[in-house]
Amino acid sequence: MRPDGEAVLEVRGLVKHYPLTQGVLVRRQVGAVRAVDGVSFDLRRGETLGVVGESGCGKSTLGRLLVNLERPTAGEIRYRGEDITRLSGRALKAVRRNIQMVFQDPYTSLNPRMTVGDIIGEPYEIHPEAAPKGSRRQKVRELLEVVGLNPEHINRYPHQFSGGQRQRIGIARGLALRPEVIVADEPVSALDVSVQAQVVNLLERLQAAFDLSYVFIAHDLSVVRHISDRVAVMYLGRLAEVGTDAQIYEHPTHPYTQALLSAVPVPDPDARARRERILLLGDIPSPANPPSGCRFRTRCWKAQRKCAEEVPPLVVPERFRGTGGPAAHVSACHFAAEPGAPGDGEDAT
Amino acid sequence: MNEALLDVRDLHVEFRTRDGVAKAVNGVSCTVEAGETLAVLGESGSGKSVTAQAVMGILDTPPGRITAGEVLFRGQDLLTMGEEHRRRLRGDRLAMIFQDALSALNPVLTVGAQLAEMFEVHQGMTRRDARTRAVQLMERVRIPAAEERVGDFPHQFSGGMRQRIMIAMAMALEPDLIIADEPTTALDVTVQAQVMDLLAELQREFNMGLVLITHDLGVVADVADKIAVMYAGRIVETAPVRALYAAPAHPYTRGLLDSVPRLDRKGRPLHAIKGLPPSLTDIPPGCPFNPRCPRARDVCHTDRPPLYTVGPERTSACHFWQETLEDRDDAGARR
Repeated sequence: MRPDGEAVLEVRGLVKHYPLTQGVLVRRQVGAVRAVDGVSFDLRRGETLGVVGESGCGKSTLGRLLVNLERPTAGEIRYRGEDITRLSGRALKAVRRNIQMVFQDPYTSLNPRMTVGDIIGEPYEIHPEAAPKGSRRQKVRELLEVVGLNPEHINRYPHQFSGGQRQRIGIARGLALRPEVIVADEPVSALDVSVQAQVVNLLERLQAAFDLSYVFIAHDLSVVRHISDRVAVMYLGRLAEVGTDAQIYEHPTHPYTQALLSAVPVPDPDARARRERILLLGDIPSPANPPSGCRFRTRCWKAQRKCAEEVPPLVVPERFRGTGGPAAHVSACHFAAEPGAPGDGEDAT
Repeated sequence: MNEALLDVRDLHVEFRTRDGVAKAVNGVSCTVEAGETLAVLGESGSGKSVTAQAVMGILDTPPGRITAGEVLFRGQDLLTMGEEHRRRLRGDRLAMIFQDALSALNPVLTVGAQLAEMFEVHQGMTRRDARTRAVQLMERVRIPAAEERVGDFPHQFSGGMRQRIMIAMAMALEPDLIIADEPTTALDVTVQAQVMDLLAELQREFNMGLVLITHDLGVVADVADKIAVMYAGRIVETAPVRALYAAPAHPYTRGLLDSVPRLDRKGRPLHAIKGLPPSLTDIPPGCPFNPRCPRARDVCHTDRPPLYTVGPERTSACHFWQETLEDRDDAGARR
């Protein structure tokens, strides 16, 4: 945990719109799904940044943008100071070596016709400079060992492994090129709890061993808290709030974060009575037609006219600025306040 | 009236597969009273859904086969009664909620027609009255603008709304017992909270028995009265919810509790359970959990532990339940 390390990735104003078209012969654009709509953050060396949000909030699109699987509509992703979104050819390939991805579904992200050895070794085919030909087999064996699989199983096929073991194969493949950054999109959500813990522990161990920076995308707030140094909460293509795990989980100032946290069932029956639940009404609006101003306002109990008119910037709220307290972290809400704080929601100007 | 609402006795279910006979359920017994919520907790392959399907009579046979056991609903054995009789009970007195509403609802019928069908078939209502009841039900589960949306198809609703429509359908005839198989697993957490609240509210209102099948320890702690933990087709522990979370009496339950990260505190490394659940075609002799158990000794490899009574309304299928129970503190010291 090095909160003040240098930034490995700097993301600025990242936007990804998918066009919606109509017509068969003459296709014309009638709108756009604003999957990611102005996201900025830094990823620091050796840290884990958790990205949480509900389905459709754009967190997976964000992950795909970070590893250059998609080209952004606008904005920059700087890796070591260089904007990687406009790179192509050899330069792009070089950057990709350093930013790798682990996917959610260990059942569909591994080619069923390839052996485990070929799957994990495939990155070396694409980046031959990473390992001379003769040493590849040995490297793959080492990787299997590192992720807790038997190196003797190098010639087996994915279907011969359980879900948790397959996820380890995906992680080994992500590690093959010794990247600096790993973007993991829901890496444990397809796994049973007892196996999930094994994979979470493995990710933590590898981070320390290889000095990795993680972007950990997940919908499970408990897992994200466990693994993250900092957490970004996403809603409808934008970041609602970013802070350290303690700031976000113990002193959330954005109403969406508060509602999200209050909705998570805690495995403790005694907490049942203590917990104050904020029940949100309705569902997430469509990202093709997001609300004006603050995107959360249609489900927010604090919403006022200002929220429909002005987009709240992602800044440290004025009332907490310079206090140095745990509530002094960025939050995109006009009426940011800790839950139950005096004057909560009544500071409208 | 002394008999339980639902009384499952020594249920066994097998599946014939290419790799041999998979013993999915191996002697499950449990009871549910009116107004009570029983949570059946287990990981994939533990037999929890198969148990539910056997109780509801919707098991695919073949390849599935109920080889032994009784399922008493208000004292009548569902497994031996005629199919016609059983079908009348199903929907009317017993209902089920599935995980995936999109595949459980009929995609080519409007939700209104599917809801109305319940009243037409079971209560002989006219089409018009049934439609009115359908709209009322949709309002009851808080579908906005129910009157306009009664003619919409399932795919036109969001995931949370579809789940609520399925709850409406299960509730339609005010059954005595509802079996909900992972009802909120596919939903986002804010929507999950809405759906669980609705379910709990309706349960109270109609004093129903509820069997909640889930893998989520958080959801269980939130709504259940008592818990049955399943592993490899067996119930390994039953307990009232508070007692179980305070001090589990089976090492598997302990392992589950130690392996989930907590929202309300930042923990140490998670204590994962080593290894994998057994294949159901090849369940280890003795205690099925023995290859993964930190307490396993010789006797665990040879003798199958019975369900010991370990306290008021508590059972555990562990030879060493006593020491497991006493080890109530932090797991870190032990491993």
